[in-house]
Amino acid sequence: MKHLISVLVENKFGTLNRVAAMFSARGFNLESISIGETEDPEVSRMTIVTRGEDRIISQVLKQLNRLVDTIKVTDLTHQPHVERELLLMSLKLSKTTQHEIFELSNVFKGKVVDIKQKSITIEIVGSPDKINTAIDMFRPFGIRELARSGAVAIHRGDA
Amino acid sequence: MHQPGQKLNGSEIFFECLRREHVEYIFGYPGGSLLKVYETLHDVEDIKHILVRHEQGATHMAEGYARATGKPGVVLVTSGPGATNTVTGIANAYMDSTPMVVFTGQVPSTLIGNDAFQEADIVGITRPITKHNFLVKDVRDLAPTIRKAFYLATTGRPGPVLVDMPKDVLAAECAFEWQEGVDIRGFKPTFKCHANQVSRAAKMIAKAKRPVLYVGGGVISAGASEALLKLAVEQQIPVTMTLQGLGAFPGDNPLSMGMLGMHGTYWANQAVSHCDLLIAVGARFDDRVTGKIETFATQALKIHNDIDPTNVDKNVKVDLPVVGDAKDFLESILAEMPKSREDRAEWLGEIDAWRRQCPLDYTVEADSLKTEFVIEEVSRQTNGHAVIVTDVGQHQMWTSQYYKFTEPRSIITSGGLGTMGYGLPATIGAAFGIHDRPVVTICGDGGLMMNIQELVTAVHHKLPIKIFLINNQYLGMVRQWQELFHKEKYSFTDLEESNPDFVKVAEAFGCRAVSADNPEAASKAITDALAYNDGPILVDFRVIRKDMVFPMVPAGGSISDMLLARLNPKTMV
Repeated sequence: MKHLISVLVENKFGTLNRVAAMFSARGFNLESISIGETEDPEVSRMTIVTRGEDRIISQVLKQLNRLVDTIKVTDLTHQPHVERELLLMSLKLSKTTQHEIFELSNVFKGKVVDIKQKSITIEIVGSPDKINTAIDMFRPFGIRELARSGAVAIHRGDA
Repeated sequence: MHQPGQKLNGSEIFFECLRREHVEYIFGYPGGSLLKVYETLHDVEDIKHILVRHEQGATHMAEGYARATGKPGVVLVTSGPGATNTVTGIANAYMDSTPMVVFTGQVPSTLIGNDAFQEADIVGITRPITKHNFLVKDVRDLAPTIRKAFYLATTGRPGPVLVDMPKDVLAAECAFEWQEGVDIRGFKPTFKCHANQVSRAAKMIAKAKRPVLYVGGGVISAGASEALLKLAVEQQIPVTMTLQGLGAFPGDNPLSMGMLGMHGTYWANQAVSHCDLLIAVGARFDDRVTGKIETFATQALKIHNDIDPTNVDKNVKVDLPVVGDAKDFLESILAEMPKSREDRAEWLGEIDAWRRQCPLDYTVEADSLKTEFVIEEVSRQTNGHAVIVTDVGQHQMWTSQYYKFTEPRSIITSGGLGTMGYGLPATIGAAFGIHDRPVVTICGDGGLMMNIQELVTAVHHKLPIKIFLINNQYLGMVRQWQELFHKEKYSFTDLEESNPDFVKVAEAFGCRAVSADNPEAASKAITDALAYNDGPILVDFRVIRKDMVFPMVPAGGSISDMLLARLNPKTMV
């Protein structure tokens, strides 16, 4: 099954490579990985989405922990958490589709971030499921390009 | 020794740090990006630099030294090809968990990434084969990085660490500061075993009717042999060892079953297959040990103690994991053992019956020489007290079977990676660390050729090593598999036509050499070699060519089904 893993790492040159290379060297699935600085500039947070049976996931967590540059590894999958992904999607635009695109964008609480004669770029934020659905729904209009941030996630609550 | 606070350049700092890490030997080879270091080295007297003849040799020497002494091995090589030549040795140390610190020169930091002359991204290349590695970008980071490197290499599960040092960093100056304490927030290995897990383990052991201790190299690196002996004897638990675990338990103790796995003893594999409790200590359920996972020790509850949590449940699902140091584990268990336990006489009797049913055996003929005889003779003449270094192949497996290892750190062998060419340089490294026991290489003709240049190093330093060449003019282990499993297509394993005369080769290097092709001559050659201490000596044992190592578990087979002999290869027991 899908697992969402949050990893605090040293904010150092090469850390992302160490983590990504460990996944490929051990044949673990890596669906998405995102990384950014935290409130402490020496620490970054990585959010990793992976898939596997429990035994594999347990190895993934242990192997992540074993890397010297990882500080804390948390499997958020079964804990209360908020998970979000950002989608930037550029669509073909014409007089006939314009209205529909705006309406659909509203359904997904999207934002128009760029518009030209023949193209429109929308920004949508939500769970990866919502992003998948949005992509499916917009596909008939003609997707010119899209970029996904990969999931980022954080604990919910005071814990 | 310079004092902290003094202004030094990177090269001087480098040696100051090594002094504080109590480094005795550096195995190295100079080059462009290390010129400053070698300039400083010229006036360094307390740390000895051993000039190798190939950087791979340096890594194996460092590893031989580390395995023989327990102290980290140190390598110093230049950038680019110097660095890439260390890759095999680093991978070997990583697989066998040997503490080692490899220092590589690097092109000036301003040129990194420009495809400069002798540039290689060695940090990138060695990332998956080191415990950790560093690129030092500022001379002020050099001392703390070196401290961290030694700490990481020797703490928890040992392993190789690489430090890449650009040329300009080695020339730049700063005030030298040294801090003994290390705090790496992402590296906190668990030493102390969890008390509840330990007491559960003790109860399981007391209740077991047919227990087996399966121990690996972790027992040796933790210095846990004494505790192991005590537990095994008090509890009457038979012990089997992995290749790296040989010597962790005395091979001449009646409870020793020798090695298990692919070329293990029949009785060890039978015991593991029939035990009701398998206590794994500092071993990692490698595929050469388990054979087919689905049929491995199926009747047993399994306890697994390892310092590295990733080893637990990696290959085999265990019932009771205990993460922590092997010595702590065994000593805590001893303290926790209930007063009464099951009687194990019947179980030990069963194992003895297996031992008598299929002992390790061979025949001696007066006019031809068998490897088994040579190794048993070496074992007999050294009383099992030599440091034996092997290469990889048939001779290595025969060594594991026929040499009676009686103490820890007496076998040095490439187990995980299986690196041919390891034997000679690892022997040289071991000989720099060990002076009170004979240091012996047992190698094949294929492997010796892979790092034969290091004979110069041995001759130059007059190291009294014994190079026992098991010469069958074949890549014997590959030949064995070709005969058994590959339709007898002996592709590129026959070296008879192309091999040199090894006696002449050794003599050209300035090394004494003799040959022997029958048991009587072999015994005498071993006696003479052990008595010769003015430098290295090579004995070219001309053994019979097509001998095979038995018993054997075919790859992927169950360890309960061993091939026992070649004459009837279909014999499964």
